[in-house]
Amino acid sequence: MTSDAPATDNRPFAIRTYAPAQLREALRRMYLIRRFEEGAEDSYMRGLIHGTMHLSIGQEASAMATCMELTDADKITSTHRGHGHCIAKGADVGRMFAEFFGKETGYCHGRGGSMHIADVRTGNLGANGIVGGGLPIAVGAALTAKRLGRDDVTVCFFGDGANNEGAFHEALNMASVWKLPVIFVCENNGYGMSTAVTRSTAVRHIADRASAYSMPGITVDGNDFSAVAEAVHAAIVRARAGDGPSLVENVTYRWRGHSKSDRNRYRTKEEIEEWMTRDPIARFRSELIAHGILDEAAADAVAAEAMAEVEAGIAFAKSSPAPAIGDVTRYVYAEN
Amino acid sequence: MNAMTETGLRVLSYSEAIREAMAIAMENDPTVILMGEDIGVYGGAFQVTLDLVDRFGPDRVMDTPISELGGAGVAVGAALTGLKPIYEFQFSDFAMLAMEQIVNQAAKLRYMLGGEASVPVVFRLPAGSGTGAAAQHSQSIEAWFGHVPGLKVLQPATPEDAKGMLLSALADPDPVMIFEHKLLYKMKGHVPEGSYLTPIGKALVRRSGTDLTIVAGSIMVHRALEAAERLAAEGISAEVIDLRSIRPIDAETILASVRKTGRLMVVYEGVKAFGVGAEISAMVAESDAFDHLDAPILRLGAADAPVPYNPDLERAAVPQVETIEAAARRLARREV
Ligand SMILES: Cc1ncc(C[n+]2csc(CCOP(=O)(O)OP(=O)(O)O)c2C)c(N)n1
Ligand SMILES: [Mg+2]
Repeated sequence: MTSDAPATDNRPFAIRTYAPAQLREALRRMYLIRRFEEGAEDSYMRGLIHGTMHLSIGQEASAMATCMELTDADKITSTHRGHGHCIAKGADVGRMFAEFFGKETGYCHGRGGSMHIADVRTGNLGANGIVGGGLPIAVGAALTAKRLGRDDVTVCFFGDGANNEGAFHEALNMASVWKLPVIFVCENNGYGMSTAVTRSTAVRHIADRASAYSMPGITVDGNDFSAVAEAVHAAIVRARAGDGPSLVENVTYRWRGHSKSDRNRYRTKEEIEEWMTRDPIARFRSELIAHGILDEAAADAVAAEAMAEVEAGIAFAKSSPAPAIGDVTRYVYAEN
Repeated sequence: MNAMTETGLRVLSYSEAIREAMAIAMENDPTVILMGEDIGVYGGAFQVTLDLVDRFGPDRVMDTPISELGGAGVAVGAALTGLKPIYEFQFSDFAMLAMEQIVNQAAKLRYMLGGEASVPVVFRLPAGSGTGAAAQHSQSIEAWFGHVPGLKVLQPATPEDAKGMLLSALADPDPVMIFEHKLLYKMKGHVPEGSYLTPIGKALVRRSGTDLTIVAGSIMVHRALEAAERLAAEGISAEVIDLRSIRPIDAETILASVRKTGRLMVVYEGVKAFGVGAEISAMVAESDAFDHLDAPILRLGAADAPVPYNPDLERAAVPQVETIEAAARRLARREV
């Protein structure tokens, strides 16, 4: 996966580390995340999806670069804003749409919806409706790997808001005391719902929390694919070597409201527009083109592929069967 | 805000009524403060606090970090020492994160300290299903707190009660939990002006009848009333009691009704097993009203499952007008 590059190589980390096919696939998945969420938003507007959803548009580099070196054996725990993590980890968007449409063919058989999207087969242990709910679970998954002598790692995604839950502090402490192979990835998009990090959090950077639990903490530009990939790479190397957990903070921004019911009263239009000029997908695409990995036409083809996949996914979801009403108590317990 | 019915009575929505109660309390008593996640400029997840931060300022309408255990605990400590905090859980489901402070501390402090301490805290908890928010945002957990001596547990079904109960809760020297139903927030009804107290622990006969008694709480009151209306057309006369308070529970009103009708049905949104229905059924079975029963007692609660995402499953999981109507008909005809 990684290659030992000569010290004189000044190209961005991702370019000098990953094969062209891997980079192309990363770009494709980033487009897939964007198009998937736009498709979900549109389907919601048409009344095909009910409830609420939390879109990660603008945060795609954080999801994809973090998952770049993970295999299906590596686990992730995700959040309420988890569509990007799910796709980056390799989920099929057809089954994701089916879940959003409440269908039996969905990843959770229509029982979970957007907030509980998961794909256990690819190591995604699930989004979470509870802020901070995934943190101790990730530590548990890392404990399994260590106890069973496996070298897989667990990536724990969480938001800036989650860093003020007790579960965060308890989880980081245990991970550190037991030197577990877990990478805590904070997606700091500046706000927990309407509450700015500066109003909720006593430290300037979420990564500053790491020192309290004796683990490395690093803050990176979360819209810079290479910066995220490099930081997470170092944390994975450390985890696989048995040296314990790390905390990586990806500074990013969500373009959309917190959920489907957000009047955006806590931030300005100018702030949103300014961040939209730092589009992580456009940046990564230009980087790939600048370094000769792709040309414009090839990049357009990648985007078109993603769009076609989303359209096919929606069609699959629409034509899928709904769960039987009589099955409302199915999956509460193991079936014989 | 000041709509009138044809009869000239002032009409407010359930959430407007709650907001008015909070505003009156804050105007009259400088020790009243509001705490919760996104209750300031965002106006609360369900827009209940709405503009109160503009009227009373951020020092009295406090956005807390996403820290339910800490936030609820700070409210308990403040209540113990002279403030009257109203702590809003963004969803009642998140009270699980604060169980320690609610159950081990708030509920027990007065008793453990031999009556020397008082914890006049009010917890507001948006509850219930029907919004497509799935298993971790749709629960009805009020009965859990019915098991805890030291707490008072209320469930307003109308705008008038929502206001009066909140003012009563604030006047009460002990911790009070108010479960507000999310689907009722937009419901309109007559709300008296100014300050008034709705008695805590007093049920209300919302419709009198002779053939059977339906005891219900929160949104189930409205579903039971509609079912009763339909049954009246076929000559079945159902009495509908609005429970209003789970703890303390109004045995007198329920037992008097059962003595009259000889048939009892309890309808609630919480999971059927070990719920409000069990308590009320046992209360009747242990009393002289038992001798007046002409049919077995019937409980109608939620399916034995977490609340599912798929809208049809979600609907099927909790009592609806039709299911209440059918069950009441069976009970009236002694087909149970
Ligand atoms: C325990 C808990 N408290 C509150 C909420 C409501 N809620 C859902 S997401 C959210 C904001 C989370 O902020 P952050 O962790 O920064 O993630 P982001 O939404 O910014 O991705 C809140 C308050 C919840 N789901 N769970
Ligand atoms: Mg955030």
